[in-house]
This record gives sequence, structure tokens and C-alpha cells, in this order.
Amino acid sequence: MRDVAIVAFAQTRHTGHDTGLTEPELIGPVIGEVKERTGLKRFGFTCSGSCDYLAGAPFSFVSALDALAAWPPISESHVEMDGAWALYEAWVRLQHGDIDSALVYGFGKSSLGDLRTIMTLQLDPYYLAPLGLDQLSYAALQANAAGADRAELDQIVRRSRADGRRNPYALDLPDPEGEDVAVRPLKATDVPPITDGAAAIVLAAGDLASRLCPRPAYIRGIAHRTEPHYLGMRDLARSDSAADAARAAGVGKGPVEVAELHAQFPHEEIILREALGLRDDTEINPSGGPLAANPVMATGLIRIGEAARRVHDGAARRTVGHATSGPCLQQNLVTVLEA
Amino acid sequence: MPSDPLVAQHVLEFPGGYTRTTGPVIGRFLSELRGRRIVGVRTKEGKVLVPPLEYDPATGEPVTGEFVEVGPAGTVTTWAFVPEPGAGHPLDRPFAWALIKLDGADTALVHAVDAGDPKRLRAGMRVWPVWNDHPTGQITDISCFVPEVTDIVANVRTEYRLQAGGALRVFLEGIERGVFLGGRCDTCAKVYVPYRLTCPECGNAIPETLELPDTGTITTFAINNLPDPRAPEVPFVSAYILLDGSDIPVIALIGDVPAHEVRQGMRVRAVWVPEPERTASMANIRWFAPTGEPDVEQP
Repeated sequence: MRDVAIVAFAQTRHTGHDTGLTEPELIGPVIGEVKERTGLKRFGFTCSGSCDYLAGAPFSFVSALDALAAWPPISESHVEMDGAWALYEAWVRLQHGDIDSALVYGFGKSSLGDLRTIMTLQLDPYYLAPLGLDQLSYAALQANAAGADRAELDQIVRRSRADGRRNPYALDLPDPEGEDVAVRPLKATDVPPITDGAAAIVLAAGDLASRLCPRPAYIRGIAHRTEPHYLGMRDLARSDSAADAARAAGVGKGPVEVAELHAQFPHEEIILREALGLRDDTEINPSGGPLAANPVMATGLIRIGEAARRVHDGAARRTVGHATSGPCLQQNLVTVLEA
Repeated sequence: MPSDPLVAQHVLEFPGGYTRTTGPVIGRFLSELRGRRIVGVRTKEGKVLVPPLEYDPATGEPVTGEFVEVGPAGTVTTWAFVPEPGAGHPLDRPFAWALIKLDGADTALVHAVDAGDPKRLRAGMRVWPVWNDHPTGQITDISCFVPEVTDIVANVRTEYRLQAGGALRVFLEGIERGVFLGGRCDTCAKVYVPYRLTCPECGNAIPETLELPDTGTITTFAINNLPDPRAPEVPFVSAYILLDGSDIPVIALIGDVPAHEVRQGMRVRAVWVPEPERTASMANIRWFAPTGEPDVEQP
């Protein structure tokens, strides 16, 4: 495998409301930031992750290219998934060996519609979507199957929000209070905030990585796995696909100092910690994680960016970034980053 | 529409919806649903997938062509309760989502459960489908599932004609005049009220009635929180009252005093309905009310 590293990461100051910026206007500054930090104006490959249903505009990802300077024509691709999967595609593209750099970005404005029911549209159209099964409902089914301790769940939310308040890019959310029910057993405070935001990452291969960044975060392992979509055909109390991806990425080959997990609900963090085999001394989501800022379609990419940032600034030598997609942690991507 | 002129409503809609082909496996399942049957498909390893898929998710192998009728009842494996249903939800009242392992299936079906009180929900709960009146071949041909019948309500009502004869007639005729009639057993030296023909202790006859006053002392009482047609309000107090000069208390309502002020030893007097309204009935006495005298030491 070719050595590929994350050499730059930028994200917006995420907002809990619609600021009225268009998607290209949202993306533009973070693209500018990673270009400036790496000094690169053009990239061997560009790949993005987003979901047109968030804005309700078919092919909205195409107009997002206006933020890139895409003329003369660039080599570009898009995944209708979180930007973390765009990063995976870019990593695979860099393995071809003919290019040395890639730009990856993800973005989403979940403030524009009703995210809970928009997420119903990702479900199987025969058996699940016609029931109107929404995001909070299927998450609550998994929370009940996992049967986590309420005090532990509350503590995860409290820690995430406190960390988020220290993170200038995340939302300022108060300590969780109240017993309001969202969908039982989920409490209102278990639900991640509606968030608009974007993030960008630059990957570089070979010698270019160390020329662009004093401490590149090398991708030492990256893998994604999926399991059956239908909720009744898998054990919701665990995540076999996250465990498989973690094994394939080599998470257990060394100590993990920091893990950034794409856990949108507190019970998901418990399931993922178990699946990834993380020990108690691994710091989880020091950024605050998705419970402090959840710009859908960028949240997973931000986990990888935050994990890389710990390596870039010398805080850690070995970190893990995780991203998920689909209902109830259906698909999981795990990457191991090292100095 | 929003009032800010720079905010617009935007709707994404596909008029008429997408047409999707079902393929043979899902199509068979939906056709069976239209016929109010639930079928699964058998995998090469012998498992029954419900709802059926074309490929076994565990192995990736194509499933066999064998369809197996399952259910219609099943067992809830996990659930989530929706206290405030949304517009797209299958029920307009609080309901639960559940994974339901139908009898004979090896996988669980996702559907709604109309269980009413969320306290009834638990893993292991047995549920049965409620069918849509006009099945058309969609997963919503099952409107929802409901809990298995585990109990019924058996109503009992029979009517009788009761006649007061003997000692009761004598007593009620006294009540009509505004008097409590009792009787003394000469052998046991006890005064019973209401009047009775024989002493319950020794069995001797009690030939004479004895007029008793309508004042007495509360010996014990209960605060009742369930409505009763005879009581003026809820909560109300029912009490044992030892009428002055008697040895056996009578039971009656206590009124004209807040429930929390009623106490043992309290002195009370019967409150009678006005004389023109009186009949030979205990309804002559509204209740007993405090006299205001000092409390009496308990015997």
C-alpha cells in the first residue's frame, strides 16, 4: 500500500440554524483554508459527500462544485453519503499511484427541512419507508435493544456538550437537563442538534505528504463494512460491521489515544466502543462529537479530521476516526491514523 | 408562508410517486399480504426470512423458492414508544415501534404496535396483526399489531325485588318518623340498632323496640376516594357511629366537615331531610355532622 496522509483539515463554525448561505458559500471558505494551508491550487482528484434530500434539490452537489474552481475540468467524483466515504474513494484513487494529492469535502444543511423524516427516505422503499419509520424512532429501537444504563447515557451527553463548548467549531449547548421523552427510551437531550456545516480534508501520498505538513497523519488502516439494512435481520445491540471494519483497519494493533466516533446518540457510543475494542484509557470524542455538532454528511468526515488534528498538533501519536451511514449504524468506516 | 420576504417555502415532491418493481420475492410477500397472509422465504440453510429477501443477508446466497406462511402472531423483541406521533406515522395516537418475531420466522418484522398504555410494552410481549380494511399489496396492509388477548371483561347484572318485612320494616318505619329504633337483649344487656327480632349473641327474642337518640360518637372511619352516588363529593368519609345508649355501631356517611378533620371520638348528629320529603328509607338521613361537643374518650 502507498503511504497516504491527511495533511490538512478545515471545518466551518457550525451553526444550529440556517444562516441563509448557499451550499457553495458554505463550502467556499473551508476549501480556501485547506488550499492556503497546503499551498495547493489544484488536486489530482476531488471527491465530495452530501445528500441532495437535505436541500431538496436534485443534483445540488453539482452546483456545490462552484466553490472549487473546477475549470479547466478537474477529475471529480461524489458519493451520496457522508464525506468520510468520499475520503475512502480518494484514498483508493491515490493507491493507483498516478496522482499524489486529493481534496475531499462534505457538507450539509439539515436546518432546511425535517431531518427526522428526510432520513426515512434512505430506508428500504418496500418494507420500511411506507411505515413512516423516522430517524428518532429507529434510533430508539436500537437504544432499547442495547439496554444501556441511563446514568451512563446521561454522562455521555453531559461530557459531549461540555467538550463541545470548548470547541470553537461546535455548538454551545447547555448541560443536559430535564426528562422530556423524544421517542422512549430516547430522551430529548439524547438527540443530536440540528446543524449546518461543512469540512474539507487534503490527502497527500508519498513524499508530498511531508512537504505539505510538518506532522502528517498517516492512514495506517482504513476499511468499511456493512450489514443487512433491515433492522429485524441483525442484532441491534451490537455492531458486527463496525467490529469487522475495526479489525480490517487494525485498530487493535496498538494503543489508541483518541477515538472520534460518529455516534449521533449516546447509546451508539457504547455500542461502538465495544465493537472497536477501545480500552478505558482511550479518549472519546474530545471535540464533543456529533452530540455537540452534527452537520449531516460532514459529521463523519469531521471525525476523521478531528482524529488527524490530534496527530497534526502533536497531542497524539495514534488515533482512530470512525464514520457511520444508514439506519442504526448499518455501515461503518474505521480509519487508524499515526504520526 | 413565512412572513420574511427573503424566506420561501420549497417543496420536493414526485407527483404520483415512483413506480418500483418488486421482483418475484417481495412481490409474492406483498401479494400474500393482500390476501391477509404473511409469508417468509426459506434460505438454503433452512432459515425463514420475514419479510423475505431475494438473497440471504448472512451468506449472500439466493434464497430457495419455498415460501412459508408465518404468524400471524409474533413476539416483540424490542420496542420504542412514540408519545407524539408525526404526520407520516401509521397511527395518530401514541404507539410503539417494535421488532416482531412472527411465529415460524427466524428474523423480526418492523411494525407499529397499538398497545395503549406504554407500561404494557415489554420484550416477549405477544402481538397479533390488525388488517387494513382494503388490502392493496403494501406493508401497510397490516394497519398495526395489537397485544394478544390475555383477559376479557365479564359483565354481571341481574335484577331483584327486595321487600322489607320483619324487624327491618319496623326499623324503617321508625326512620320515616325520624327515630332510630333499637332493641335490648335482657340476657346479654346489650342494645342493638337497627332493631332485630333476636339477639345475635344468645339467640333470645327481643320483643320490644327502644327509641335511641340521633346523636353518637365516631369509633372509626375511612376516607373514600372513589365516587359513590350517595356521597356528596370525593373524597368522602364513611364512619362507624356508636349511637348514644347503644352497644353496636352503625355505618353512615359523615358530612359538613372536611375529610381531614374527621377523627375518632368526634361527636356527631344525624342530618335528616326535611319532614315533607321523608320516606321509610335510609335516604332520610343525609349523613352525620359534627355537633361541636368535646370529643369522647374511646371506650
